[in-house]
Amino acid sequence: MIHLFEPGGVLEGRYLDWFALGIGTTLVLTAAAWCLALTVGILLTLIRMLPARPCAWLVGAYVEYHRNVPLLVQIFLWYFGVPSLLPRPARQWLNAHDGQFLLAATALGLAAAAYVAEDIRSGIRSIPKGQYQAALSLGFGYLGAMRNVVLPQALRHAIPPLINQTLLLFKNTSLAMAIGVGELTYRARAVESDTFQTFDAFAVATGIYLAVSLGIMLLGAACARRLRVGTR
Amino acid sequence: MLEILKDNWLLFLIGQYPYGPLGGLAMTLFMAIASLALCFPFAVGLALARLSPYPWLRLPATAIVTIVRGLPLIMFVFWAYFLSPLVVGRPVGGVETLIITLVVYEAAYLSEVIRAGIEGLPKGQVQAATALGLGYWPTTLSIVLPQALHTMLPSMVSQFVSTIKETSLGYVISAHEVTFAAAQVNNLLLTQPFEVYGLLALTYFTLCFALTSCARLLEWRLSRPRSQAGATRISGANI
Repeated sequence: MIHLFEPGGVLEGRYLDWFALGIGTTLVLTAAAWCLALTVGILLTLIRMLPARPCAWLVGAYVEYHRNVPLLVQIFLWYFGVPSLLPRPARQWLNAHDGQFLLAATALGLAAAAYVAEDIRSGIRSIPKGQYQAALSLGFGYLGAMRNVVLPQALRHAIPPLINQTLLLFKNTSLAMAIGVGELTYRARAVESDTFQTFDAFAVATGIYLAVSLGIMLLGAACARRLRVGTR
Repeated sequence: MLEILKDNWLLFLIGQYPYGPLGGLAMTLFMAIASLALCFPFAVGLALARLSPYPWLRLPATAIVTIVRGLPLIMFVFWAYFLSPLVVGRPVGGVETLIITLVVYEAAYLSEVIRAGIEGLPKGQVQAATALGLGYWPTTLSIVLPQALHTMLPSMVSQFVSTIKETSLGYVISAHEVTFAAAQVNNLLLTQPFEVYGLLALTYFTLCFALTSCARLLEWRLSRPRSQAGATRISGANI
């Protein structure tokens, strides 16, 4: 406590390994949840565009649930609740295969999917109807018009918000520490309780989070600049 | 599920209150309201600093907002948890720690909302005020902020919803709010985690969805042209 900031002490030997493990887990968790979010997000968008009314309601309910319930509660529901509904062999399989990580990734990914679906939808909405109609009059079918005319422009609008979602997802992985996933925050706590160098341990974790976040923010700004649609 | 609700609804609502500290949903709401109210002046200050023509005001404010946006909330929770007892010089409870955290965190996010509200005002408002001979503070306090806050109302309600959701992190530092209460119930029952956490999710959903719907309604009302709304009101008053 005399040397308030001396991060050297927590960046040596096994503590360095713990932090490295933490960064690795955080990044893998972000990537896994991100892939799930993009897949489910695109599926949700496609379901919403189906002509049947109930499809849109179902997707709307999915989005509202994930936006109005705290992420921590969603993680608890997946970690504590869902395995109790599963049959015994499935539970044993989860216990043997790092269930915390898998369930945290599921909870984070499904929650992010709700936001991704909204981003893609507003991307598609921002394309004037005339684009689609013009493509039809040029002889494209529905899929051809979507693939060649609407979606390339819609994605252009959707990429900056999607990068912002990546940033949120990256920060939200820290909540997985509450169910014991060994990500960066969890490791920082472990180093802290092992060394009692509270501020050093958390300063290192804070620095790492900030560096990655700033990287994602810069990438987002660069993309927004490059993809800016010219005003015509 | 109904059985759990019948036995534990009081714990969900107010925690162990007459016999222990106030907790449950009441504490969740209290923390959300208190932190949003306390952070409001800081948020206005940050927003004005970010829009200031002086770099020595603008750059630090921009840096603060960027740093807060780049860190997970849980990092702030731990910093407040370890730092505030050192600063105050006595043990600080979970509720106070969480309120301190949320004031810092929400001030940065709310300042972005306020900044957007101010930037959304037509330039003519400030120019007209200057032409009338008003200085910076009279213009800001009686022309810019009242109009900006009016158009920002829906976003403020959304920010309140975010704050309610963020109080769930109190669980990590054992602040007695509704997520903590649910964890207690779950530890008592042991066998019905899905029902207990499902009930918790339902509680949050009901509260937050009602508020989100309010925000949408407000947005719809405010999106109508204001002059027309005023004209209707005046003609209504004549009748």
